[in-house]
Amino acid sequence: MRFYEYESKALFAKHGLPLGDRAVVNSKEEARAAAEKIGGPVVVKSQVLSGGRMKAGAVQFADTPDEAAEKFEHVLPIVVKGEKARSILIEAKSKIVQEYFVSVTWDGRRKLPVLLFSDMGGIDIEEVAESHPEHLSRTHFSTFLPLTPRLAKEAIGATGVTGSDLNRLTPIVYELARLFLEYDLTLAEINPVGKLENGRFIVLDGHVDMEAEARGKHEGLLKELGIGEDETRQARPPTPFELEGARLNAVDHRGVAGNVVEFDGDLGLIIGAGGGSLTLFDAVRKHGGKPANYCEIGGNPSVNKVRNLTKLILSKPGVEKIAVMMNVVSNTRVDIVARGVIKGCVEAGKEPSEVITIFRIPGSWEDEGFKILAKHGVEYCDRSVSMYEAAGRAVAKLGAS
Amino acid sequence: MSILIRKDTTFIVQGITGREAVNLTRENLDYGAKIVGGVTPGRAGRDVYGVPVFDCVRDVVEKVGQPEGSIISVPPKFTVDAMIEALENGIKLIVVVTENIPRGEVAQAVELANLRGARIIGPNCLGIISPDEAKMGGVGGPAANTRQAYTKGPIGIMSRSGGMTTEIASTLTAAGMGQSTCVSIGGDAIVGTSYAELMPLFEADPETKAIAIYSEPGGRMEAELAEWVKENNSRLPIVAFMAGRFMDEMKGMRFGHAGTIVEGKEDTTAEKIARMEAAGISVAERIEEIPALLKKRLEEKGN
Repeated sequence: MRFYEYESKALFAKHGLPLGDRAVVNSKEEARAAAEKIGGPVVVKSQVLSGGRMKAGAVQFADTPDEAAEKFEHVLPIVVKGEKARSILIEAKSKIVQEYFVSVTWDGRRKLPVLLFSDMGGIDIEEVAESHPEHLSRTHFSTFLPLTPRLAKEAIGATGVTGSDLNRLTPIVYELARLFLEYDLTLAEINPVGKLENGRFIVLDGHVDMEAEARGKHEGLLKELGIGEDETRQARPPTPFELEGARLNAVDHRGVAGNVVEFDGDLGLIIGAGGGSLTLFDAVRKHGGKPANYCEIGGNPSVNKVRNLTKLILSKPGVEKIAVMMNVVSNTRVDIVARGVIKGCVEAGKEPSEVITIFRIPGSWEDEGFKILAKHGVEYCDRSVSMYEAAGRAVAKLGAS
Repeated sequence: MSILIRKDTTFIVQGITGREAVNLTRENLDYGAKIVGGVTPGRAGRDVYGVPVFDCVRDVVEKVGQPEGSIISVPPKFTVDAMIEALENGIKLIVVVTENIPRGEVAQAVELANLRGARIIGPNCLGIISPDEAKMGGVGGPAANTRQAYTKGPIGIMSRSGGMTTEIASTLTAAGMGQSTCVSIGGDAIVGTSYAELMPLFEADPETKAIAIYSEPGGRMEAELAEWVKENNSRLPIVAFMAGRFMDEMKGMRFGHAGTIVEGKEDTTAEKIARMEAAGISVAERIEEIPALLKKRLEEKGN
């Protein structure tokens, strides 16, 4: 779950990291007033979640309040990788003599957090890693032992930085690593940290990602930063169809019938579970089918939940047919899913045998499930038909109609 | 032979009185598991299908003796505590079923497990099965369903998806290929034991002749496996199935398991497939291709 720059900076400021004077603004007037209050040259930065703002021209500089207002109007409508600006950040422009890079992330292989530091900040860090590896240090650290500034000193010193620069950078780098652990972040990055003419350091740009699973642990912070509960902060904002899917899934706690992602095809998919859905989605596409959605069912959801999901998918314009498919199930009951989808079809005013192209869920309670499906004339198959083959049958029916 | 668990492996269930845990306790007992105790704080003195319940792991150790393993099925916010409790009470094999655990907590438990010489499988997994020996976790579901899908034989399975573990086993069984041990390793970004970390165990198991794996986008686990295979000149042919190929075009979107997200080039299925193939791992495009590919690879080896 990604934070905007202004939210990342609010978190940094809360923990005493050095930042320039700044304000989040939403109008030309606010932009002018903010620049006036800050005094001197400012940076006008679009607040988007994706990278590439600079390239898109969504970061501008202004010497006067009037110019800041002008630049606000210029930056606001710029779409960066399909994303509109949430707000605009006006920040004092500092004179920088050198830039540094600090980042903390997880190393899934070592199963440890890793601190990256470079005295060549501000540029693409992968480029530094390739052409100047001696200027980039990687220091793994324990989640278990007390975190102390020792970590920061070693990471900074490994790139050859010494003297007062080492001592002044240490608290910044240490604090970032500490925040990473404290708030269950998956990324905490400052790029760049700038060295001012007077020898002090300042955070110029920051980027924070929090683990979605940890949201509940940090409700207080999220509230403080103004991050809403329904903000998924993925690569793109959720569609109304996806939000409705999430709402219906949350209605009762038994199992999952949700995680809906909208696509623009015409074949509705009721698929599961985690790995099965990925496998089946690929299979439908491989056969030339166009999925209307991705979703997951698993963990033995109630009849009600499966019914709601079925109705939601059938409510999507252009979706006349659905495929109900899973891997061999163990804890999800075949009969419950069968009941749910049939109920959903009927309540949507459709004939199950017309709408359901194929039902391929083998496993626990399959005999009971298959009996229900047979009664309604729905085509079903057991595990002797592969997931791939079942997807093919569904796609073929769509072509034939 | 098998890896990780045998017929006589003793284990406990932490959170045994929860709805899911009650089910999996029965399913494991029906499959022949030696569950020597269960833990739910405040529920000491009860029993679940004849398994005595204690308030804490220490009490199990004191009253019935040292169990080898534990299945953890407790709510997410209590999971790190349950893992530490198991580790500090001498348990050496921990299967964590619970999902939605922040990775910082998993990493903490893994660090402690390394200090204690213990192994964690999961979180967000269905556990381990050595067909006809024992199972530990929800893998395969009720005993009758488990017997239908899993049969004893020479193939080891490792999978980031619990459900797909059973789909692959069922496909192998239908093709007359049984399994030695199947491990649902979990779908999170950080898991206790990766493919590469299980390889030395399979390598040392004379019963295992080949490996089938289920993999997904996200993370570096497939790259790590490819490196391991190259560096260790493995005797075991491996066939991998790669799901989620559509995700290569959808950077930054999370599908399926928590660990399944394409963040950089190395996370894509295309990159993973290239690395695995370069290491001599066969990559199947459909699940039903796995048995034939395994047979071919085994024949090449002269098996």
